[in-house]
Amino acid sequence: MSPLDSPTMTPETAMTPGVTVITDDHGHHDSPTPIGFWIYLMSDCIIFGALFATYAVLGGGFAGGPGPKDLFEPGFVAIETALLLFSSITFGLAMLQADKGKLGGTTRWLIATGLFGAGFIGMELYEFRHLIHIGAGPDRSAFLSSFFALVGTHGLHVTGGLIWLITLVVQINMHGLNGPNMRRLGTLSMFWHFLDLIWIGVFSFVYLVRLV
Amino acid sequence: MSADTHSAQSHDAGHGTGHGTMGQLMIGFALAAILTIIPFGLVMGEVEMNRTALVGIIMGLGAIQIVVHLVFFLHLNTRSEEGNTFMATMLALIILVIVLAGSLWVMHNMNTNMMPQHEMDQQIEQMKSLQSQQG
Repeated sequence: MSPLDSPTMTPETAMTPGVTVITDDHGHHDSPTPIGFWIYLMSDCIIFGALFATYAVLGGGFAGGPGPKDLFEPGFVAIETALLLFSSITFGLAMLQADKGKLGGTTRWLIATGLFGAGFIGMELYEFRHLIHIGAGPDRSAFLSSFFALVGTHGLHVTGGLIWLITLVVQINMHGLNGPNMRRLGTLSMFWHFLDLIWIGVFSFVYLVRLV
Repeated sequence: MSADTHSAQSHDAGHGTGHGTMGQLMIGFALAAILTIIPFGLVMGEVEMNRTALVGIIMGLGAIQIVVHLVFFLHLNTRSEEGNTFMATMLALIILVIVLAGSLWVMHNMNTNMMPQHEMDQQIEQMKSLQSQQG
């Protein structure tokens, strides 16, 4: 990708003789990282699947407490969804800039992604704080326990993604869009899009279906 | 895998399959936006519709949007990593179906065999009204 993409950073070349030339050009494509990270994402997906199943089973246990129609505001969730979808798009744009080797554009779109992500986390924290404040915390009913477990786990993932994103913005500005940094960007891109994918399940199954 | 698979993969690498193109991103965005706006519109507009149908539509559109994200944002295809990415996804999907369908099935069974409180109340009401009609 760039002159900084030196052959020293491609230990994976040793494992696949004959593709040395390609590896120099597209270090992140022949590295085992994408498939390994994908398998991690799939296992994470199963964790979320278990949490979704828990919510599906316990979601009706209100224990005389407030239900979804008392607590959930579709307009609020719509804005959260929009923020996360926009952040997915801006990350996609950042990756396209990175593929062209444009550091400035990549940084700007990554910062935009970070701001959308932070906005999402801010709204989620506000919602959680509000729910706990009105006495609808995770200790109120089985429904709320499973709700906080599922949505909270997703929120923790997004928070982790944000920390990772900030770290990478600093990294690419210190060392440029070299091979290892491109691989990291590609991996974070997968993680970020994956979290948006999980959110589809959350807004459909956790919020909207329960408001019908 | 065979040699032609590998050449196809390296060919794709040249076109940036890993990170997609502007066109892919924008198509994905448009589809995702439409598939998000419809279910929110249905719920927020309080559309008069059969509850089961509405739930089905929301879940169905969600499932379609997940596929859209996988294809246009995560660039899932049957070729990358010699098909291993796709196979890992299919395995995860099978496990998810077992976990979700299994949980719901078991709990549905339990709910039908152990009568929930409100149904019990309804039946008591019905029996009371029958008794008052007879008596």
